[in-house]
Amino acid sequence: MPIDAELLASALRALTPILLAALGGALCQRAGVFNISLEGMMLVGCFSAVTGSWFTGSAWLGVLVAVAATTAFSLVLAVGSVSLKADAIVLGVAMNLLAVGLTAFLLRTVFGVQGAFSDPELKGLGAVGLPGLDDVPYVGDVLGGQSPLVYLSWVAVAVAAVFLSRHAWGLRLRGVGERPDAALSLGVSVTKYQYAAVLASGTLCGLAGAQLALGNVTLFSENMTSGRGWIAVVAVMLGRAAPVGVLLAALLFGIVEALGFRLQGQGLPQQAADAAPYLVTLVALFLSTARRRARRASAPADEHAAPQPASLG
Amino acid sequence: MPRAIRGVLFSPIVFALVTALAIGAVMLAVTGANPLTAYQAIVTGALGADGIGNSLTQAVPVTGMALALAIPLRAGLVNLGGDGQLVLGGITAAAVGLASPLPGPLTLVLAILAGMAAGALYAALAAVCENRFGVPLLVSSLLLSYPAMSAASYLARFPLKEEGSSLPQTRQLPDGVHLPSLGSGTLNAGLFLVAAVVIAYAVIDARTPTGFEIRMTGRNARFATYAGVDRPRLTLRLMAVSGAVAGLVGSIGVLSFPYRFIDGALITPNYTWTGLLAALLAGAAPLGTLAAAVFFAAMTTGGAGMERVTEVPREITTVLQALIIVFLAVRTGIFRRQPRGDS
Repeated sequence: MPIDAELLASALRALTPILLAALGGALCQRAGVFNISLEGMMLVGCFSAVTGSWFTGSAWLGVLVAVAATTAFSLVLAVGSVSLKADAIVLGVAMNLLAVGLTAFLLRTVFGVQGAFSDPELKGLGAVGLPGLDDVPYVGDVLGGQSPLVYLSWVAVAVAAVFLSRHAWGLRLRGVGERPDAALSLGVSVTKYQYAAVLASGTLCGLAGAQLALGNVTLFSENMTSGRGWIAVVAVMLGRAAPVGVLLAALLFGIVEALGFRLQGQGLPQQAADAAPYLVTLVALFLSTARRRARRASAPADEHAAPQPASLG
Repeated sequence: MPRAIRGVLFSPIVFALVTALAIGAVMLAVTGANPLTAYQAIVTGALGADGIGNSLTQAVPVTGMALALAIPLRAGLVNLGGDGQLVLGGITAAAVGLASPLPGPLTLVLAILAGMAAGALYAALAAVCENRFGVPLLVSSLLLSYPAMSAASYLARFPLKEEGSSLPQTRQLPDGVHLPSLGSGTLNAGLFLVAAVVIAYAVIDARTPTGFEIRMTGRNARFATYAGVDRPRLTLRLMAVSGAVAGLVGSIGVLSFPYRFIDGALITPNYTWTGLLAALLAGAAPLGTLAAAVFFAAMTTGGAGMERVTEVPREITTVLQALIIVFLAVRTGIFRRQPRGDS
């Protein structure tokens, strides 16, 4: 099957929410906070984006509401995990279920419907063109005509990559994650950097939710993230918490998802298409850990070393 | 005030319960409902004459999944693939129950064993991913869960689908292959199967060297390795048992009314995640997990009862359950008495 422009364009759409959430997860990981509540945060983002867009009549205000609400929601993780030293896994699982319950509860109290809310009047983000690029054959078909948040996600990758590898704050953030006591002794506030990372992940998950609910589709349905936040967690791991690595991991997932969707038209059962991205991700993890092990075997590293420095970022 | 009473009043669990209920009350009040009426309706719905049977029926799968996830959690291992193991157990039990030529009772036993074996093998696969390929169990179990759900869904929609039905479900199991009912309600012999798991887990945990090894690994994995615990082997065994219990829950689900595998019927009630929360709430201790799971099951049933008599959506009980865990996690974080090995 040829990898045509349409396929890549739909892969880009599929990967954007995952990419945005995974970038947030990567920042947390670099700062030494294990964030498995991306799924719940993204779901809160979806619901608040739809709510914001519906009551203001503007998709952009919907995005703002999503960012504000999800950043506020991420405070639970920041306060709980950073200040009060709660177990991040326990907190993450609880936050994910909290998001499921809260959005379903609010869906019924605010919109008075159960299961899903959609309305022709609900404003989605729509597509924007890239001036100059749209007319380039192939490239324009792939990159043009996407939701503005798709372009924003690429900017976010670049900014995060430069930030983590070049900017003083980014270097301090990595220091906080790798050697908190050393960072502290140099006068870097561990708490402040970890809060910033968690709140940034909330902001990014808000954008991810907005893209999912107002970009990929224009509706909210219960549990609509359906595992994308978990895939983001895996993408962080696969991409070794480096922004470009995370982008590649998300790209892999997006392409498999788009390919599966395409093959469905040619008789592949939908369930096989649904399962494929998870299996491919698992295989990619096998390969990446095998490679890392081989490298470690040839050059024994310090066993305390935190996630490997960004060779890609 | 005697110290014992003060200890209970200010214990993390009471703190978490009171805070969660208070926040829930504010949410209910904001949405225009009377919190006291709603909470009262939850209690009546869960423990009233009609509710108690439903609560027990709901408690069987929730407790089962809570135990399935508590068993590895006791050693600090997080199995996030409960859903996949649960549905594989269910679809296998359904397939065996429909295909077996043996007499009813034997088929029933065979179906349960097959369901447990399917869950155990699939969960063991996640352990192999960690032991052999270095993919953390948390991630491998989770990633394997989705393909299992897709596979079960495919089987229920195509090869095993009931002919002529518009629903994604298998044929109904023959009369002899039903778990015997207890009384006139929805409760059946699945209760005894889960009770047997509780008892076995409690005894092994408290009285056997294996139980001690598991708890030691949970407290301090490095020390346990130093003391001679074979960690990969323990992971494999615990995951197999965990998957077997999840498969058992799936089998019980299929062998109970309406006696067939229906796509999504084991997933939508959120048994896995509620069970995981119950196990986390109790620190995976056997009787504590049982108590937490029954409590959560009663809350869920009570929520459904509340929805019938008041206008309040039942989802508020999910919010309350999650809030309890959030506050418990936060509180045990501040007043950590002993270092915990997991995480």
